[in-house]
Amino acid sequence: MYQDVILDHYKHPHGRGLRDGQAEVHHVNPTCGDEITLRVRMDGTVIGDVSYKSQGCSISQASASVLNDLLVGKDVGEAQKIQETFLELMQSKGQIEPDDAMEEVLEDAVAFAGVSKYPARVKCALLSWMAWKDATAQALSGAAGK
Amino acid sequence: MTSASTGLVLPGLLDTETIRKDFPVLDRLVHDDRKLVYLDNAATSQKPRQVLDAVNAYYERHNANVHRGVHVLAEEATALYEGARDKVAAFINAPSRDEVIFTKNASESLNLVANMLGWADEPYRVDRDTEIVITEMEHHSNIVPWQLLSQRTGAKLKWFGLTDDGRLDLSDIEQVITEKTKIVSFVLVSNILGTVNPVEAIVRRAQDVGALVLIDASQAAPHMVLDVQALGADFVAFTGHKMLGPTGIGVLWGRQELLEDLPPFLGGGEMIETVSMHSSTYAPAPHKFEAGTPPIAQAVGLGAAVDYLTAIGMENIAAHEHAITEYAVRRLLEVPTLQIVGPATGEDRGAAISFTLGDIHPHDVGQVLDEQGIAVRVGHHCARPVCLRYGIPATTRASFYLYSTPAEVDALVEGLEQVRNFFG
Ligand SMILES: Cc1ncc(COP(=O)(O)O)c(C=O)c1O
Repeated sequence: MYQDVILDHYKHPHGRGLRDGQAEVHHVNPTCGDEITLRVRMDGTVIGDVSYKSQGCSISQASASVLNDLLVGKDVGEAQKIQETFLELMQSKGQIEPDDAMEEVLEDAVAFAGVSKYPARVKCALLSWMAWKDATAQALSGAAGK
Repeated sequence: MTSASTGLVLPGLLDTETIRKDFPVLDRLVHDDRKLVYLDNAATSQKPRQVLDAVNAYYERHNANVHRGVHVLAEEATALYEGARDKVAAFINAPSRDEVIFTKNASESLNLVANMLGWADEPYRVDRDTEIVITEMEHHSNIVPWQLLSQRTGAKLKWFGLTDDGRLDLSDIEQVITEKTKIVSFVLVSNILGTVNPVEAIVRRAQDVGALVLIDASQAAPHMVLDVQALGADFVAFTGHKMLGPTGIGVLWGRQELLEDLPPFLGGGEMIETVSMHSSTYAPAPHKFEAGTPPIAQAVGLGAAVDYLTAIGMENIAAHEHAITEYAVRRLLEVPTLQIVGPATGEDRGAAISFTLGDIHPHDVGQVLDEQGIAVRVGHHCARPVCLRYGIPATTRASFYLYSTPAEVDALVEGLEQVRNFFG
């Protein structure tokens, strides 16, 4: 479960810290107390920045770092597709062996495939992704409202 | 590995080699080839063959509903169920077997008392002019029922805080327990900190002001001599599955006069004397508080567990755990960056030891230990206020029992070294 990629991201997280954004959310995992505050900045339809402050286990920390790598700079439609693919992998209970196509989409995030076998830890891996989805929806609806 | 092979001997240890043969699961391998090191006894204990056999024999030979048939099986089932009550009564030195109420677990026992008092008449009634006292180290099962009672009645909920070294802060006992206090409910041994609390000081103050006392003995009954008369409390609650018994059976002991005076909570079959469409009269305690078909096989299993514990002797079990705990505290404190949350000595503490390991999250600690076959609990252990008090998100907890060995402590310490190498 603890792939080197995960440990690297845990020890040297990317994009950590809170910076400007149009929407901010705070998500918690009540079973283990992991927490994240996450902000999204949209530049038009492009994810300009995902910044975050979080506390929790290596899986939740590394997952937020990978998310930042993968989604910043992507068009929102593409980012949503990546999020959905990651969700599918994490909900697979260890049944999906990531193929080349999936690896193309998820890059480092395929390292989390092993985590999907541990029901107690899937929520850790998804915490930042659910927070991102929520914040992005808020940023987009805020922009549409203006 | 070293002391596993050298077989470290500490004074007071039980013959664990013989005891462990009674527990089939302790032989299990996990993750293909790892020997199971089960250090999650505060969550639930393993069950000896004697308990499993008693439950099986009940179902295979005697199964019937209790208290309601004239046939052979009904009489045997009733005798077995009531026999379990006798065993539990003797185990806790209850003055009368009628003071032992079977519930489904400690949580139900604690909720039962909260509800008796909520519906009671004077002088027991909890209402808006009265106060309820608990402590900051309670299990959620001894917090939430009182929050509910407080919200429903308007009674004020107060609590004792904790000292930095994981003990109750009783310095303001006279302000916390006052003339308005109706009930003081506290844990005898903390499931997260391991602290053994000073019963006498609290009971004395409660008696001075005429308050009732409920003791949550969930982490005491499995590990030490529990004498309800010596404790001096009015109610004592505990749970069967932590003391070698099955799940689904708990106990509430209460003083007879109180059980006579206080109203029932759940209504149903078994708890009545006569029923008409307008009203009913109730059976005497304990049946008044046992509505419906009780957990019969589970009670029989608990009776067998009590026999097993009594045969070994609770003093001997306490001495064994004390030796293991002192050794574990000493070894754990040798692990760099490890900090014990709770008393950092073996004095006045039970065999549950919580700790943090540098910045490494307990989930990660638990997972890497699990990969080595070592089962510990991680999280807030249903005592989140304790984590808040000490400013930590969670802890890792190792907890020992009568079958735990020094070699298992060594395995834990080695496992923690691996965790540190891994995340260091
Ligand atoms: C101190 C304490 N009180 C109450 C409980 C609740 O026991 P149960 O879940 O069996 O009701 C526990 C067990 O988790 C406990 O450790």
